[in-house]
Amino acid sequence: MANDCLLRLEGISKSFGGVRALQDIDLEVNYNEVLALVGDNGAGKSTLVKIISGAIPPDKGKIFLEGKEVSIKNPGEAASLGIQMCYQDLALVDCLDVATNIFLGREICRRVGFVDFLSFRKMREKSISHLKTLGIELQNVKEKVKNLSGGQRQVIAVSRAVYWGTKLVILDEPTAALGVREAKKVNELIKNLKQKNISIIVISHNLQHVFYVADRVVVLRHGRKAGERVIKETDGDEVVKMITGAEFNGQELAY
Amino acid sequence: MGINNFRKSSVNIKDTLIQIKNSRVFLVIVGLFLLSLLLSVLSPHFLTVSNILNVLKQISMIAVVSIGMTYVIITGGIDLSVGSVLALSAVSAAYLMTHNINMYLAITVGMIIGVVCGFISGILITTKINMPPFIATMAMMGIGRGLSMVITEGRPIYGLPNQFGFIAGGYVFGIPMPVIIMIFLYLIGYVHLSYVRTGMYYYAIGGNQEATRVAGIDIRRVKLSAYVISGLTASIAGIILASRLVSIEPLSGSGYELDAIAAAVIGGANLYGGEGSIIGTLVGAIIMGVLRNGLNLLNVSAYWQQVAVGIVIAGVVSINALRKK
Repeated sequence: MANDCLLRLEGISKSFGGVRALQDIDLEVNYNEVLALVGDNGAGKSTLVKIISGAIPPDKGKIFLEGKEVSIKNPGEAASLGIQMCYQDLALVDCLDVATNIFLGREICRRVGFVDFLSFRKMREKSISHLKTLGIELQNVKEKVKNLSGGQRQVIAVSRAVYWGTKLVILDEPTAALGVREAKKVNELIKNLKQKNISIIVISHNLQHVFYVADRVVVLRHGRKAGERVIKETDGDEVVKMITGAEFNGQELAY
Repeated sequence: MGINNFRKSSVNIKDTLIQIKNSRVFLVIVGLFLLSLLLSVLSPHFLTVSNILNVLKQISMIAVVSIGMTYVIITGGIDLSVGSVLALSAVSAAYLMTHNINMYLAITVGMIIGVVCGFISGILITTKINMPPFIATMAMMGIGRGLSMVITEGRPIYGLPNQFGFIAGGYVFGIPMPVIIMIFLYLIGYVHLSYVRTGMYYYAIGGNQEATRVAGIDIRRVKLSAYVISGLTASIAGIILASRLVSIEPLSGSGYELDAIAAAVIGGANLYGGEGSIIGTLVGAIIMGVLRNGLNLLNVSAYWQQVAVGIVIAGVVSINALRKK
């Protein structure tokens, strides 16, 4: 059991003041899997992925990556372990071009004396070929990100996360702000990633998208794991019931 | 718009030309050209080598201050202290020179003082104190001006060494030294901001500070360095000014901060950060210099000149804002 999954969480708990955001969460992410994390607002999804990506520390619990226990103190450590969070709005710098954004923080440079000159040409070439491997045709990587549409930006943000986080990519509502066609493109990209030996955790409110992209779904409710299902063995009704707690009306008082 | 629509014609000369045409710098260069054309028609004295060199010499100090201001504005900050830091550096250097300290040592100390002032502002802005740049540099503005008055007891310092006068008074190949210093510093700034990794980080921070931080870049260090550069360029401008007058008074440089901001903004810098260019700032400084010079040649009163500069700033920024949409 120890080695057959990429990421395993054991008994993760987190409180903010008196609010118990997460209680005793166990979670597994398998290799080459798209795991959807769903739940109502305030269910604890964001808190959980923030803990995985090192943005906040858990109060209790253990994190195992490829069978080894790890402690992730900040986003930088998460990145060096191969975990990349792709933030909804924070991912890209509007005033820089696509290639520079993909390489931001790890630029390709040519050193002359003590000065690192940016190798724009190399970064552009590598960006184009990287985007191509993800099935994205984009020649003009010199375009500034602010001139791209919402869907294009999301695709670039995801590509960027994938380029640097080779094992696990966390996507927080990747399709929330997108139109139908753009959301479809992003979802196709997510399915594509799976074939590149990358696991993905995707937070989404859109069950249609969840059923399209995910292999498995984990439902959080009031900071607890309300259930998990393999997508092929469940349907929308069951997931909705888990999200809203309709099935557990009788047990609710026991909490 | 989907992924397939990403496919665009590959980059070619036409694209590049369109890019140049759409860039903000292009607009200001055209503006400068038209302004110069108008002035050379109106005044026979405008388009002469000596007048042009004179204009460049006059703007050199503001232009040098504007380099640091451009760095700071690109990160989304502002530096109100440059005029005072200019005075403090120049006054300190002059004080040392008149007290039998070696000239080069005095100049070095003056520049170090500028760097230290920028560093202190930067510390206030980037550490836990997290002071807004406007406030931190306003405090430094008061401190710098006050210390200049303390050192000089409110009086000008005269009688600087003749040798010192060469910095601003000398010529190399017929070009005034301040202009050479200015062009040299602009070259460094241009190469740094356009082609060097650390230069690109200023834009990244101005564009999206959080994304830059998440990308693993030490944003505090980058921001701090912008204020240090601003302090350094202000102090260099102070040395040029002191050398040009072979004296310095503690009130020198008053109002330079606003001229420097104006130069950067005319040149396409955005006070919200992320936009601006060193070439644009130089052109912005030249436009203001040419405008003042031209109006002088046409015998327009100094009062009206202020009105004209104000109109130019409002006009250029409005045109840029409308073009963006």
